[in-house]
Amino acid sequence: MPRKLPHKDVAIIGLGWTGSILANELTDAGLDVVAIERGPWRDTGTDFAISYAQDELRYRLRHELFLRNSQMSVTFRNNQSQTALPVRSWGAFMLGNGVGGAGVHWNAETWRFQPTDFTLRSHLTQRYGASFLPADMTIQDWGITWNEIEPYYDMFEYLCGTAGQAGNLGGKIQAGGNPYEGPRSRPYPTPPQKQGYGHMLFAEGAAKLGYKPFPQPSGNMSQGYTNPLGVTLGPCTYCGFCEWFGCANNSKASPQTTVLPALLRKSNFEARTDSEVTRINLDNTGKRATGVTYVDSSGEEYEQPADLVLVCAFSLFNVQLLLLSGVGTPYDPNTGQGQIGRNFTHQTMSSALGFFDKDKYNFNPFVASGAIGMIIDEFNGDNYDHGPLGFVGGGYIGQVQTNGRPIESTAVPPETPAWGPKWKQAVKDNYLSTINSGGACHGSMYSYKDVYLSLDPTYKDRFGRPLMRITIDFHDNELKMSSFLTDKYAGILQAMGAKQIVKKPRKGPYDVTEYQTSHLNGGAIMGDNPGNSAVNRYLQSWDVPNLFVIGASAFPQNAGYNPTGTVGALAFWVAEAIRSQYLKNPGPLVHA
Amino acid sequence: MYQATRRQLLGSSAVWLLLTSGAARAAIIRGGIPWKPGAGGPPEQVTPGGWKFFTPQEAAAVEALVDRLIPADELSPGGKECGCAVFIDRQLAGPYGHFGGYYMAGPFQKGTKQQGPQSPVTPAEQYRKALAALDQACRGKYGGKAFAELTDAQKDEVIGGLEGGSFNLGGEDGQEFFKLVLKNTQNGYLADPIYGGNKDMASWKMIGFPGAHYDYRDWINKHNQRVTLASVGIANHPNWTQQHS
Amino acid sequence: MPDDHRYLSKLACELLLGAALAGWPLAALAAGAIDTQDFDQVQRGHYLTVAGDCAACHTLPGSGRDFAGGRIVETPFGHLVAPNITPDPRTGIGAWTDDEFVNALTKGTGRHGERLYPAMPFTYYTKLSRQDALAIRAYLNTVPAVDNPIKSDQLPFPFNIRLSMAGWDELFFKPGEFKPDPHKSAQWNRGAYLTEGLGHCGMCHTPKNVAGADETGDALQGYALQGWFAPNITNEARRGLGSWSVDQIAAYLQNGENGIAVGNGLMAETIHLSTSHLTDADAEAIAVYLKDRPEDQGKQQAEAAPASSPPDQTTMKAGEQIYADECSGCHTPDGKGVTGLFPSLHGTPFVQQTDPTNLIHVVLRGALGVATKAAPTAPEMPAFAWVLSDDHIAALLTYVRNSWGNAAPAVGAGDVSKERAKLDERND
Repeated sequence: MPRKLPHKDVAIIGLGWTGSILANELTDAGLDVVAIERGPWRDTGTDFAISYAQDELRYRLRHELFLRNSQMSVTFRNNQSQTALPVRSWGAFMLGNGVGGAGVHWNAETWRFQPTDFTLRSHLTQRYGASFLPADMTIQDWGITWNEIEPYYDMFEYLCGTAGQAGNLGGKIQAGGNPYEGPRSRPYPTPPQKQGYGHMLFAEGAAKLGYKPFPQPSGNMSQGYTNPLGVTLGPCTYCGFCEWFGCANNSKASPQTTVLPALLRKSNFEARTDSEVTRINLDNTGKRATGVTYVDSSGEEYEQPADLVLVCAFSLFNVQLLLLSGVGTPYDPNTGQGQIGRNFTHQTMSSALGFFDKDKYNFNPFVASGAIGMIIDEFNGDNYDHGPLGFVGGGYIGQVQTNGRPIESTAVPPETPAWGPKWKQAVKDNYLSTINSGGACHGSMYSYKDVYLSLDPTYKDRFGRPLMRITIDFHDNELKMSSFLTDKYAGILQAMGAKQIVKKPRKGPYDVTEYQTSHLNGGAIMGDNPGNSAVNRYLQSWDVPNLFVIGASAFPQNAGYNPTGTVGALAFWVAEAIRSQYLKNPGPLVHA
Repeated sequence: MYQATRRQLLGSSAVWLLLTSGAARAAIIRGGIPWKPGAGGPPEQVTPGGWKFFTPQEAAAVEALVDRLIPADELSPGGKECGCAVFIDRQLAGPYGHFGGYYMAGPFQKGTKQQGPQSPVTPAEQYRKALAALDQACRGKYGGKAFAELTDAQKDEVIGGLEGGSFNLGGEDGQEFFKLVLKNTQNGYLADPIYGGNKDMASWKMIGFPGAHYDYRDWINKHNQRVTLASVGIANHPNWTQQHS
Repeated sequence: MPDDHRYLSKLACELLLGAALAGWPLAALAAGAIDTQDFDQVQRGHYLTVAGDCAACHTLPGSGRDFAGGRIVETPFGHLVAPNITPDPRTGIGAWTDDEFVNALTKGTGRHGERLYPAMPFTYYTKLSRQDALAIRAYLNTVPAVDNPIKSDQLPFPFNIRLSMAGWDELFFKPGEFKPDPHKSAQWNRGAYLTEGLGHCGMCHTPKNVAGADETGDALQGYALQGWFAPNITNEARRGLGSWSVDQIAAYLQNGENGIAVGNGLMAETIHLSTSHLTDADAEAIAVYLKDRPEDQGKQQAEAAPASSPPDQTTMKAGEQIYADECSGCHTPDGKGVTGLFPSLHGTPFVQQTDPTNLIHVVLRGALGVATKAAPTAPEMPAFAWVLSDDHIAALLTYVRNSWGNAAPAVGAGDVSKERAKLDERND
């Protein structure tokens, strides 16, 4: 029998970005909040101290800060005809763990989606006609508009101190910024970061070709910044150990550096760490959550009753908890019925290597930050005419080389032997003079009928719960787009003066061992009615109104940007809806 | 019972133990950032000398392998002198060697390439079997000599055969073993020297990577200029030595 | 006419409170006009209890039992345990008369006439007005009574013989209420009352003689205790607060952060429990008073002498490299740090104390900056004991103490080694 704990107003599952933001907002509203986090507490001075944070083997190759597959993994297959097999060690995506979640190890590329991303199906149908979209593409509108979400993007950026150059201030295009961004209500809180040689050379090359390059919006600080909660971040030192790593000098926006110091001071907040929620408890009507059950590190089981349950785990695990707890109806790809698990997406990443003359170019690739980079947005979303191209979607293209860590950054020309003296010579000759921008083409992935999440029939976690099963493959639309973007990028490398270019467009089938990004989305998507979504526009479960499911699980499809800016904006949007509407009148905020 | 000195630091009051029946407990954090004096998780420094996983025969073979994969030349010392075999030995003796942290529940089934490795055979087991098979195969082919006893040209011939799939290791997959050894060797060569390889930061000096610095603010605007900072490791700072006369 | 009495009493208290804020010592007002159940009296008592940091000793952190005692008080002579001062009649002070309470607080006399050990800062509290003492009592009467028997005296022989305290008092204790200096401003006098009385700042910051009593001639010039060094807080230019403005001192007390320094170590708790709750007027009054504590010029010159001959250049060079590799990523290459986050080392008193204990301490074991409402960040200094040898730390600190215009005696490897051994025995 689980031990029953005293009642709380709010139980939050997971203490990453969304959990921290929601906890802070709801404690401000006077609620008694507990956050239950399956990983450990993590902090700067202890877990990624400046004397040992810069360790590629430990943090990148051995996954120090990540969820151990032995605690929880997923299974994967390309299509329904295959038997899904477990991911025994992370590959295509790396899932965070512990307090701060992915907010600890991200690069801090802090993007907004485009206004048309939120009304994607309506927009594309209107511009190109319904028959232009592949028949099995299941993209849809989000149920919110740009004007509604913009103020919440602003809140997240001012929480993080995002460094950037506005491109569209209230409808007026700004020089040096992204002219394709949606109108923003005010400038970024801090100026853009400085850029390295390779990044500026990209900007010059792109400008030569007529594009409008701009600095990537960055959660690595360009200067000291104190956010509205009074928490101070320091300036980034371009150490080149950002993604996969915790920041040792408080210069990367994370829950630790923006929210938690203020949140942890509050007497109406408490975090329980090393405690894994095993299910959301429902009453006998199935229409009301009564709290959660969790297991601590010694195996003791607890029941935490709460009036409001917020599912703030990583997207995949949000969906898994819904399925394991019997919230909503599981998606069936054969009938298209059911919402839980539907419209799962990842990203379509591609790149090209640019080898430059070593006697003329020295890029010092190790002088970099996680979100450094110069970008063009001409080929993102629907910023360009897809009519003649026969596909939809796109992505930003940029020189976003974040590091020169030797194990990952010793790319050599393809004709080089894999070992021996010639390999050594090639490593030496190319290390400083190669443009190796892993995320150069940050392509969208739209949703399809046969790409989805479900519970695995065979593989279980340590408690005997089914693992999440991912069924995913690339569709022609995405592969065509990737090829198009990669060619555009290679064209810029050419303009930069590369002597050898090796294009790496994304190819199918989807491979779970090849890292792309950790941007997994969908499965509990938002929408305007229970027939097309798991949660309403406020990320409130259609089925269980005192349950909110917050994170990238709500994205109906993925855009050509990194998701965290949008995830943060949604967290503030939900918090506002709970504070101003739900608390006054608990119940469905949208009537089906 | 709580015991505290008068001025116990703030943070230490922020972590609580929720005591339940028996030994059950969950860390509870409230009231502030939990922090303890001296807290940290620095890596353990590998000290050379002796073998933690390899037998002397295995070690000889691995030292010979790493020294051909990364041969000594004017660019840097060879893999053996750089400590790549020590690196691999310590990695195999640690969590990496036995798939620590991996999802290891069955059934183990062969899948597609896209589904990734599905073998329950750990790197440590793979090395143990493949190294035995390597020496045996060499003895058969090269007049009773183990791999380590071959000439450099013969070693390169064997490695090339493993790489291309033409050198047979009996029941072991020679090509997979080659990939594993190459990856581990290059990792050891390029990783921080604290793990036993990359002695004196030889590879970093070769390529021009300054190592474990954390502040390049002075360099971000110096475009197309060689960074002149000396290479340092996490626990490897030749520049810190006081030269008292 | 009880109602009238209450009314008058309340009015009197409002006058008292007004007078307190105006900086006038309260003894001038009529004694006896006190109603210990009066709301304002209790509120004022609460403020004074916080300003006097009574909870630092009398509340065991994490126990959830305010003022129920049980916290170990370290003294150079052994450990004492702070008693229960809740209103519990059996184990607390519920059965004490007001006079017994005032005598304990201001005269160091126990309920049965026994002498208290001066770990209880009665040598400072003696400056309290009776009205302030009774206000504190009034507040303590309102906190939940906790049944928690404490055996306070755990000193080893011969210090466990309380009789010995009589001789100590004779030598070192000058009882008597605070007397304002008519030549100074009301603000200055208020600052003096708080610093020398209720705030008992010298308890940590004033050097002690062999008997553990204040070296009053060196008041507030710094003292090593419990693995730390409570720094010089006189107006000395280099080691003291000479380079800080009144506003910067007040901000440090109230926010734990003033754009130069972030409170850590023992002071972090004092800021957290006490000084961050001071009114603007009181924080400023303390600052004004401290800015008027004269520097000991002769001593400063004598102690700065070793640094006037520049430190060994090979040491400085090694220190510079260590600083660049381990420190500059936060404290910045010019030592100025980051406002609100990473303390400045550039010309700051913290790094130029004669006694380098704090620097060695934070380098070896790290530190957590204090979090306050105004400055919640609580930055962490990581521990470097694992990677920096005694020689390294000596070189690093010698470099930091003699760069960017700083000047302080070199730190030797032996100093570091001693501190390392001492800290190894501490669990705090």
